[in-house]
Amino acid sequence: MRPEVGALVAAAVIFVFFLAVAPAFRSADAFVTVLYQSSTIGIVAVAVGMLMIGGEFDLSAGVIVTSAGLVNSMFCWYFGINLWVGAILSLLFCLAVGFLNGYLVMRTGIPSFLITLGTFFVLQGANLGVTKLVTGSVSSTDVSRIDGFGSLGAIFASSFAIGPVVVWGTVVWWILFVAVATWILRRTRGGNWIYAVGGAADSARAVGVPVVRTKIGLFLAVSFLGWFVGMHNLYRFNTLQAGGGVGNEFLYIIAAVVGGTLLTGGFGNALGVAIGAFIFGMTSLGIVYAGWDPNWFRAFLGVMLLLAVLVNLYVRRLATREARA
Amino acid sequence: MTRRVLAAGAAAILLLGACSGGGREEPGEDAATGYTIAFITHETPGDTFWDKVRSGAQQAAADQKVDLKYSNDPDAGRQAVLIQQAVDAKVQGIATTLVTPDALAGSVKAATAAGIPVVGLNAGIDQYKELGALMYFGSDETVAGTSLGERIAAAGAKHPLCVIHQTGSVALEARCAGVKSAVPGTENIQVNGADDAAVTSTLQAKLAQDKTIDYVVTLGAPIALDAIKAGGTAKLVTFDLNQETAQLIKDGKIEFAIDQQPYVQGYLAVTSLYLYLKNGNDIGGGRPVLTGPSFVDKSNIDTILPYTQKNTR
Repeated sequence: MRPEVGALVAAAVIFVFFLAVAPAFRSADAFVTVLYQSSTIGIVAVAVGMLMIGGEFDLSAGVIVTSAGLVNSMFCWYFGINLWVGAILSLLFCLAVGFLNGYLVMRTGIPSFLITLGTFFVLQGANLGVTKLVTGSVSSTDVSRIDGFGSLGAIFASSFAIGPVVVWGTVVWWILFVAVATWILRRTRGGNWIYAVGGAADSARAVGVPVVRTKIGLFLAVSFLGWFVGMHNLYRFNTLQAGGGVGNEFLYIIAAVVGGTLLTGGFGNALGVAIGAFIFGMTSLGIVYAGWDPNWFRAFLGVMLLLAVLVNLYVRRLATREARA
Repeated sequence: MTRRVLAAGAAAILLLGACSGGGREEPGEDAATGYTIAFITHETPGDTFWDKVRSGAQQAAADQKVDLKYSNDPDAGRQAVLIQQAVDAKVQGIATTLVTPDALAGSVKAATAAGIPVVGLNAGIDQYKELGALMYFGSDETVAGTSLGERIAAAGAKHPLCVIHQTGSVALEARCAGVKSAVPGTENIQVNGADDAAVTSTLQAKLAQDKTIDYVVTLGAPIALDAIKAGGTAKLVTFDLNQETAQLIKDGKIEFAIDQQPYVQGYLAVTSLYLYLKNGNDIGGGRPVLTGPSFVDKSNIDTILPYTQKNTR
């Protein structure tokens, strides 16, 4: 039984549902907006999903997106240098945070939930404190007039037209990252290691899987994709609020779980997580397209997500019963 | 029990801070007035608006040589504790936002009972008097919303979209209600203010769903920047101001901003306490002092733009 089947059915049900109730949902424009919304969650969620398959959590994944943009923006603004320098520096910074997360988890044996909760708070505080120190305000300065903005913008925040609709580059990047993650999980030795360390770390270690290396690698992947989305936010919105990104870590986890990833590790795949992110994007915007009372937004969202998880579970049960029969 | 120990400990720390601030008033010494003023807000860390309130308060403290103790907590219960701590530390004056009057009433009463003057700022215009605060500096959210609504109604608005970026905020709801009272076709929408991309795509979706929306009203300057990226033909107006929105007003991409002058709120709250302590003054003649709504549009943006760059407007 493949993990994404339940999510796929749920996604189809929700899609048809919104097609039926929301006339504005029935357009190519709406579809690409949903894809964009899904991609900004989905890119980080791919790595978070892989990490969860590997049996760990990363609660700092939402804030690091903002940290990435802030490091790049403020470093270049303060020293007046090309944005490329800051972008690379920011990447190194994020990877260092990811490494620290992984290293501390592996070295101390403290659950990653606690370690990354710690880094989550540290980053959240540092984002605000450092931004205030450097810029005198709690939002970063406008980067659009600094050298390198054009080329970096073309990589991280460009869009292109297919016929009458404008598609954001993040959607393509998202598909690409999902493909790479799928390839790693299915075709490579590293993929086997990820399932092994998430399913039973001790047995994996016993048969010679490099548990520490695998898990630290997963944390690095999360911070890399967090950095990527941070770059997108910076180059699309030019300024960042230092308090941003908080709460998104749960959206990534939700996307992964809705997509069939087991909270306990060892089971799931990248396509499922992508579908999970798509369900989130579709639900959050579908409510708007349907024109429902916005005060109920979160309640609708919660019900939709619960339904998605239930359909997911039901389909999985059905499939296992058929397989037995 | 532990709670009392904690409170006592915190009070002791605050007291130490108070002592080291300026000491007793000594004749002939110009260094400090000896007043310690606690400044307490419901700031959620990371909002540019509060930067300005705080820098106004700090400027006033520097000008008046007052020792300023700033603290903040968005949680009503914890803000009440902060006020209580200031009372325990026997500060000379307290300036506080009164966004959740019922939750803060007990602490404010404790302050007035201890003979500490309290002024309100930013929120609580209807309740500050009954809580026992002497003066109030801020804008009336409903009045501000109504003036914004009247202005866009005059410009022909039929169906504005009011963007609420924080769930369950009384102040934001009041602004939208004010707009709606002037333009009955006003519709509210909730967005996740902590995620720029989510704000933009939600607005994009809404504008696609309802093509009759002619104005987008954002309730904070950073949200206006996200709204611009959502495109569409609707005109954009916003509450509050920052450097980027000021520039966009100059460029004509934002019609106007409605400013409640946060810097003035901070500055006047501290200064009024100083004057009260020093001279027994009462500002506002028993009525709230309104710091807004002040319109910022093409006609006055050239004067205001440099101040936004200094982070004072």
